[in-house]
Amino acid sequence: MQFRHKIAGGDFANAGKVASSVKKILRQLNIDHTISKRVVIALYEGEVNVVAHAYSGIVEVEIDESRIRITLTEKGPGIEDIEKAMEEGYSTATPQVREMGFGAGMGLSNMKRNSDSMKITSTPGEGTVVELINNIRANAG
Amino acid sequence: MKITDITEKLDLKVLAGTDGLKTDITGGYVSDLLSDVMGNAREGQVWITLQTHQNTIAVASLKDLAAIIIVKGAKPESDTISKANSENIPLLSTTLDTFTIAGLLFELLKME
Repeated sequence: MQFRHKIAGGDFANAGKVASSVKKILRQLNIDHTISKRVVIALYEGEVNVVAHAYSGIVEVEIDESRIRITLTEKGPGIEDIEKAMEEGYSTATPQVREMGFGAGMGLSNMKRNSDSMKITSTPGEGTVVELINNIRANAG
Repeated sequence: MKITDITEKLDLKVLAGTDGLKTDITGGYVSDLLSDVMGNAREGQVWITLQTHQNTIAVASLKDLAAIIIVKGAKPESDTISKANSENIPLLSTTLDTFTIAGLLFELLKME
């Protein structure tokens, strides 16, 4: 199963829509709840990152028997220092975004903690690609 | 304990999401940072916050939270109310501050 969604930068009203539809699909597929909860957290944070930092992005979700693979490809300013961005509490979010309770510097660490594998590649001035993989245990469901 | 029990005992105003009032409560979580709630709140908890915008409803729905209590009589935006109704997330309001309402809810849940 494979699908893709577009996300517009700055579109806070729809942040979480992709995570919500993936949550429903994972339920229908009878994926273990502890796995789907982690996927939903990681994907939500990925969506918010696109909305808060990028100009536009595409989320691709691939689900097979062994894993859930999410790729967030966004056009935006990119990340200068990925290691720094991964630090809990570090954020480049604007004051407006912070006032909403976002931009606390927890997004990327939430994504890392809630995925089995996370890869970030970024080109400053162009954009960022984040790949998240969550394995599905053989006895799940 | 259900949401209807706490709305009555803690004198909470129900602003939206009346279809979710029968939900059982497993506990509470206090935070104004959405990523903190996303990462750490658990299913069935009541979320106490001063945030009033619609993203709170998306977070509550994704995390299967039982309800949101908005503190200090803050008024949510109209799109927050309509989203709470469509997602069946009870949106509750108190005039009390976070410390006080969290303490009262804690005492109430402890008695169970």
